[in-house]
Parts: sequence; structure tokens; C-alpha cells
Amino acid sequence: MTDVNPDNSQKGADISRRDFLRSGAAVATATLAPGVTLIAFGGSPAEAKADAGKRWGLLIDANKCASDCSACVSACSTENGWKGNGNAETDVQWIRKITLNNTETGREVTMPMMCQHCEEPPCVDVCPTGASFKREDGIVLVDKHTCIGCRYCMMACPFKARSFVHEPVNNQKSHAPRGQGTVESCTLCVHRVDKGGVPACVEACEATGHGAIIFGDLKDPQSDIAKRLAEYQSVALRPDLDLNPGVRYSGL
Amino acid sequence: MPRLLLVFALLIAAMSPALAQERSSLLPDIPKATGAPHPEGNEYWRRNHMDLMRHDRDLTMRDGDRDVGASLKSCFDCHAATNSAGAIVTYESEQHFCRTCHDYVAVKVDCFMCHRSTPDGVDEGAAHAATLPQTRLQGADGTSIIAYLRLVGQGDTGQGIQGND
Repeated sequence: MTDVNPDNSQKGADISRRDFLRSGAAVATATLAPGVTLIAFGGSPAEAKADAGKRWGLLIDANKCASDCSACVSACSTENGWKGNGNAETDVQWIRKITLNNTETGREVTMPMMCQHCEEPPCVDVCPTGASFKREDGIVLVDKHTCIGCRYCMMACPFKARSFVHEPVNNQKSHAPRGQGTVESCTLCVHRVDKGGVPACVEACEATGHGAIIFGDLKDPQSDIAKRLAEYQSVALRPDLDLNPGVRYSGL
Repeated sequence: MPRLLLVFALLIAAMSPALAQERSSLLPDIPKATGAPHPEGNEYWRRNHMDLMRHDRDLTMRDGDRDVGASLKSCFDCHAATNSAGAIVTYESEQHFCRTCHDYVAVKVDCFMCHRSTPDGVDEGAAHAATLPQTRLQGADGTSIIAYLRLVGQGDTGQGIQGND
């Protein structure tokens, strides 16, 4: 095992080597490290996702969100394979519907609540192992390979967005591995986004005709979501915390 | 000198056609794969699969690069082992592709605590990660936990548990 061991070097070094290989130095590397080049040529620059020039986000219009509808929640559950075990206290929940009630006016609105994909995520700050991390494109994820299940991130999250898996899990989706003893939350359907798709909740909401959730790149001024944000009033939840979440709400 | 003789004996044994045909029953029975063979060869993958998978999992997880060479999901595109009835088996079965070798070399993998051990669409029972101690306890109520603790505590005095009920 002297010839190929990608993990001996630091990850950053690997990436730069990868970029180097992609830059056209293929001929030399084929003889230098055959094993490594084989991996490195698995992708091409166009396919390397998680682009730092993007910031994925959602805009949720609470006015369009029907109080009797939970299509987004069930779509998320189906897509990512999480479900309850009949114990509300410990069941995982990547997305939930919450109801806001203005006691003075009597106005009641419902809206979906999930990981807000903060720019300054407190869950990442507190994670002792580096399992909780933010991708280049702003999606906040849990690397379950390094998650030790300490649940600090759950305590740090002001949105109660994360869940701990208490029970053994089976029949996971291959794109959403999940297991007992780790923390998990909304991934913004990262497996779909990486393939150019939209999150399952957005698709489901669109299919019901409500169209209450818009997905897009906040950094692209031409995107639907950025235009909408520029034109209409919207809020970040808990603006006092200065987290700059990627999920925005309007009509609250 | 005896060691040298042993080496010669083994060499002769290996070259003997009669013995070469009769495989030792101790060797792992690796299930046949479907699809195109690895261009790097099986030996390369046997030696390096763990590093390749760990390297590529970080690329996918951290960088969102989904066009990688080694992933559990793509393993099972070709390496979904079946039992004698032709049904795809999970990690629970000794015939599972990963287990044939991993049992042989006594290396425990914990991939299947989170990952599925079959292609998408196959119904995996709760025991698909059967080598994990906690799944054996699945469905345990209070009494069976005490029974389990007794079992675990049998090696030592077991006073703490037995004295309490």
C-alpha cells in the first residue's frame, strides 16, 4: 500500500492535486501515480458541483401556504426516507409545518420550517468533530462519517431544525444514508441540487398548485428567487442573531 | 531450513494441477459480479477499495462531486449478491459481497449502519445491519435490557445488576 493512499495526505492537498490533474497534466501523472489519476479522472471540471459562486436558498411565501396542506413534509419524508416511529418526542423531522397565531388580530398563517442553511451556522461553530459543515454553495450538512451524536448542534440551532436518530434505521435511500446515533436535518435535497434539480418540497408544493416555495441561487441577480427578494418584502427568521439564513419568508 | 522446505512444498502444491482445481473450502466464496470488470483489475480493488471509497466519499459529501469512481451505491450496481433462491441479500447474509471477504479476514465494517447494503428498491429487513450489537437489541423492552446486561456482566461478578432487582 505504498503506491496509492489518497488519505495519507490532507484533503486540501488532494483537491489541489485533482485540480492540477484536471488542468491538463494528465500525461505525466499517468505514470506518477496510476491509482490516483484513475480517481481524479472520474470527474471533469464541469461536473464538480458545490460552486462557491452560488448560494442556494428558498423563499417561502406564507400567504400561499395552505394550513391543511403538508405536501412538502410528506415529499421530504418520501424523498429522504425518514419517518416517525410513533414517538413524537424522539421522531426525526427534517421539515415540519408550524402555525403562527397573531393573538391581537387573530390572523393565522402556516409555513414549513426546516434547516435555514445559515451563512453563519451555529451548528457548525459548536460541532466538536467538524461533522457539521457548510458547503461552498451554502448548503449546511452533517457528515455522518464523523458525527459522534453529541447533539451540540441541536442545542445550538435556534430553529430546532435538527433531529437525532434514536432508533436503528433500515431501508435508507442510497442518496440519503442515515443511521442511529447521528444527527440529521434538511439537506436542501443536495443530491438533486447537484444534478441540477430542485428540492423535493419545492417540487411537491408546486404540484399542489400552491407554489409557496421558490428555490434558487441567491447570488444570481437574474434568478427567480433573487428577483422576488429584490422586489417584495421578506424576512429572515431570528434576524437578531445575524445568521443570514438562506431560507427567507414572506407574508408572515 | 524447514521454513524453506515448506515454501517449496507449497510451491509444488500450487503448481500441481490436481490441487489447483480443488479450491480450499477455507477461502472466501466471492459472488460473481455483473457488468464490466474493473479496468484496474480485481487485485487493485481488493487492496485499495477502502481508500478509494473514503477518498471519494469526501469529494461527494463535502464538495458535491457526484461523478466519482468509488461509491457504495455504484458497488452494488454490479456486486449485489444473490442467495440460492436468486433474491438479493443484505449485509445480514454471509453471502453478501462485502461479507464474504470481510468475514474471512475478520474485519468489521460499519458502513451499513447508515448505508443500505443492496441496490435501491430492494426491501431490506431491520436486520440488514445484523452485525451491530444494538440491532440485536431492537424491540427490547426494559426486562430484556436487564437480561442483556446480565449476559454482558456474566464475565465479572455481576453484583451491580443482580443485586438491584
